[in-house]
Amino acid sequence: MRVTVTVNGEQRRADDVWEGESLLFLLRERLGLPGSKNACEQGECGSCTVYLDDVPVCSCLVAAGQVQDREVRTVEGLAEGDRLDPVQEAFVEAGAVQCGFCTPGLVVAAHDLLDRVPRPSDPEIREALAGNLCRCTGYEKILDAVRLAAARR
Amino acid sequence: MSLTPAELTSSVTGGIGTSPQRPDGNLKVRGEFAYASDLWHEDMIWGSTLRSPHPYARIVSIDLTEALEVPGVYAVLTHEDVPGANLYGLEHKDQPVLAVDVVRYQGEAVALVGADHPETATRAMKRIKVEYEVLEPVVDMETAADDTPLHPGGNLVRHVPIRRGGQAPTADVVVTGRYEVGMQDQAFLGPESGLAVPAEDGGVDLYIATQWLHVDQGQVASALGMPLDKVRLTLSGVGGAFGGREDLSMQVHACMLALHTRKPVKMVYNREESFYGHVHRHPAVLHYEHGATNDGKLVYVKARIFLDGGAYASSTGAVVANAATLGVGPYEVDNVTIDCYGVYTNNPPCGAMRGFGAVQAGFAYESQMDKLADALGMDPVDVRIANAMTEGSVMPTGQVVDSAAPVAQLLKLVKDKPLPPVSTTLDLRSMPGGVSNTTHGEGVVRGIGYAVGIKNVCFSEGYDDYSTARVRVQVINGELVALAHTAACEVGQGLVTIMQQIVRTELGVQRVTILPMDTSIGNGGSTSASRQTYVTGGAVKAACAAVRDKLAKLAGGRDLSEVDLVELLGDDVVDETVEWRHRATEPLDPETGQGNAHVQYGFAAHRAVVDVDVELGLVKVVELDCAQDVGNALNPQAVLGQIQGGSAQGLGLAVMEEIQTSGGKVRNPSFTDYLIPTVLDMPPMSIDVLELADPNAPYGVRGVGEPPTISSTPAIVAAIRAATGLALTRVPVRPEHITGT
Repeated sequence: MRVTVTVNGEQRRADDVWEGESLLFLLRERLGLPGSKNACEQGECGSCTVYLDDVPVCSCLVAAGQVQDREVRTVEGLAEGDRLDPVQEAFVEAGAVQCGFCTPGLVVAAHDLLDRVPRPSDPEIREALAGNLCRCTGYEKILDAVRLAAARR
Repeated sequence: MSLTPAELTSSVTGGIGTSPQRPDGNLKVRGEFAYASDLWHEDMIWGSTLRSPHPYARIVSIDLTEALEVPGVYAVLTHEDVPGANLYGLEHKDQPVLAVDVVRYQGEAVALVGADHPETATRAMKRIKVEYEVLEPVVDMETAADDTPLHPGGNLVRHVPIRRGGQAPTADVVVTGRYEVGMQDQAFLGPESGLAVPAEDGGVDLYIATQWLHVDQGQVASALGMPLDKVRLTLSGVGGAFGGREDLSMQVHACMLALHTRKPVKMVYNREESFYGHVHRHPAVLHYEHGATNDGKLVYVKARIFLDGGAYASSTGAVVANAATLGVGPYEVDNVTIDCYGVYTNNPPCGAMRGFGAVQAGFAYESQMDKLADALGMDPVDVRIANAMTEGSVMPTGQVVDSAAPVAQLLKLVKDKPLPPVSTTLDLRSMPGGVSNTTHGEGVVRGIGYAVGIKNVCFSEGYDDYSTARVRVQVINGELVALAHTAACEVGQGLVTIMQQIVRTELGVQRVTILPMDTSIGNGGSTSASRQTYVTGGAVKAACAAVRDKLAKLAGGRDLSEVDLVELLGDDVVDETVEWRHRATEPLDPETGQGNAHVQYGFAAHRAVVDVDVELGLVKVVELDCAQDVGNALNPQAVLGQIQGGSAQGLGLAVMEEIQTSGGKVRNPSFTDYLIPTVLDMPPMSIDVLELADPNAPYGVRGVGEPPTISSTPAIVAAIRAATGLALTRVPVRPEHITGT
């Protein structure tokens, strides 16, 4: 099938998409946007989190065909040119990035949290990021990064 | 004369001792860092692996006919297509690239498919007909050595005895215990993946996520029947490792498909396959007996330790040596009798995971120290301090600990920290069970526990452990720039940052480029055993010194600190490659386990504070504090990151993480059923970092990555025991262990 979708503000089209493909596969393997990550492909780790019409979703759980004529914003669409989003900047500065495989999903999830709750408390940050697994950091510096980004935004 | 680092660093920022941003950080937060699973090549196809559904079976026949008929399939390969040696392994070549006539664990690779789409490959795999004769699996590690032999030499992979001091000691107080450690998974987030590209010279280029490029290269070349120079590896982005990438996974498979089809082949495991695709932490059964005087001094320790290596040896031998030599913990004990056995079974293969044998022993000896304190009526920290190792102490191997061993100090640091207040609000998020709304505080009991651990750093037992580094300086656009190249794998820990910091400090050059890690340069050694800052850091430092010597020669006797290096170099390039080794170690005596087997020891201590819902068996770790000696924190932010991350993995083993097997079959190969800590499970941590330099190590560094993983688990279990009064001899502690239901 053919899928037409707006990704990071740009209209994109993919042909010969198999019906069983996920939005994650569409982004990574057909649209050249591998930023969203394939850590579990079963909706448990949050590494593939993207905005679908402004709502964060696990793109591995969305069928490619479901995004027809809709808007997707991925981690690649957060920076403006060379200027990182404050959340991205804070992740680098705070040491929240080690292997970085969880980072794209966490950046999108934290970006969404700060859009909804500009000054989140620690329990609010923890609750908002509870669907994103990280194996390297023990989360302490991810919390630091979100606090830092909140203070700057 | 040569310049000294101090003369060169005055105007440079981001040298050692600071926390500059990691060079790959921006790419990683933008989603533009290329991990192994992100790779793409024009005209590439997808590889898939058919795996055994049985833990132990004879292969009667394999019929590929129908699979080959699926449109879009380019190749279906079996053991008959392995061009070279069909056996590989880190210590023993005992594992087939593809099974021949027997499978020894569930998930063992049997056949490969190359196809135009992952789904095509899946459909083709379903059409491969493998007839199995199912056999009774060997699954009990304590009896495996006397059970059906799974390999020609029998089921004992290695036995390490330790005999020190009197072998028939008596003591005022004796405590015994039997402890079990479940099978933990590394659960790195980036799945096993890579891209193999057939080359015009008949060789292959492999882009891969691994922990050790050169050992992969040797094993792949052997399996392909090719000389080393025809098998070239380049490190792609690695999504975590923690030991799970020391063994081969899809490396040979992707290369076989690429060479067979003459097309680039991408292989990416999904999470379920990843659970079958790499080795795990050895599950263990540990029998301990501690004897002490009435005032709490250890007289002797006896232990029998069993480690389940699963179907293939992997690094079981080295894990056995670690559990044995570190088996009494960071304590002075004159009389030691330890027998540690690693065995083959039909359980999933086990090998390296952060802590590497020291974790299993650590849970047991620290549980014993608490039991001893209880028997003596002593405070658990006091009994540890009464026996704490110091610099100059003698290990059970007879090796003298010849640099800082601040065990008592680390324990005091965590004990003296202020305790977190008991929650007075009814915020569910601070309760065991969280927003599941299982308690509002009723039935919740607080407990506090302590533990300390010891880990060897670098490779041991006489292994020739080294790294190779190349450093080059030149002038580009009027600016002095440096370039550093090694084959040492960056897996997320921040080695690339450390390398930049060292070059800045040593050469006074601000702009330092790190070349991609590949096999075009000499061996960098393994990214494991907490060794890369020590060994590759040492190699980069030595290469910089060689560059400085060359610069001094160019300056022809002028005082280099007065010389404009840009002018001095002009169009010249200074390019030096150095191989660097740490001090040599010795093998263990096979009868007594005596010998200077280890390079360096690292220590960490934890205090855990937990709230336990004793009615439901739910645990909330309220705070997890740590003190660790790191010798010299070259990058303080990265050091904290290692301590936090290592402690989190210890928390996982304490209360949630276990690959559960039944008759050799894995019951929970997913992140739905294999739970790792989330941000809600990890408590705040207060961390003290000591910097007591090791005079034998570059900059005095001490390996950081593993020690916190060792003491975190027993501290948390000790805290749960304190809250519940239960013995809790097995990790992970499950709710039913607490409720008895």
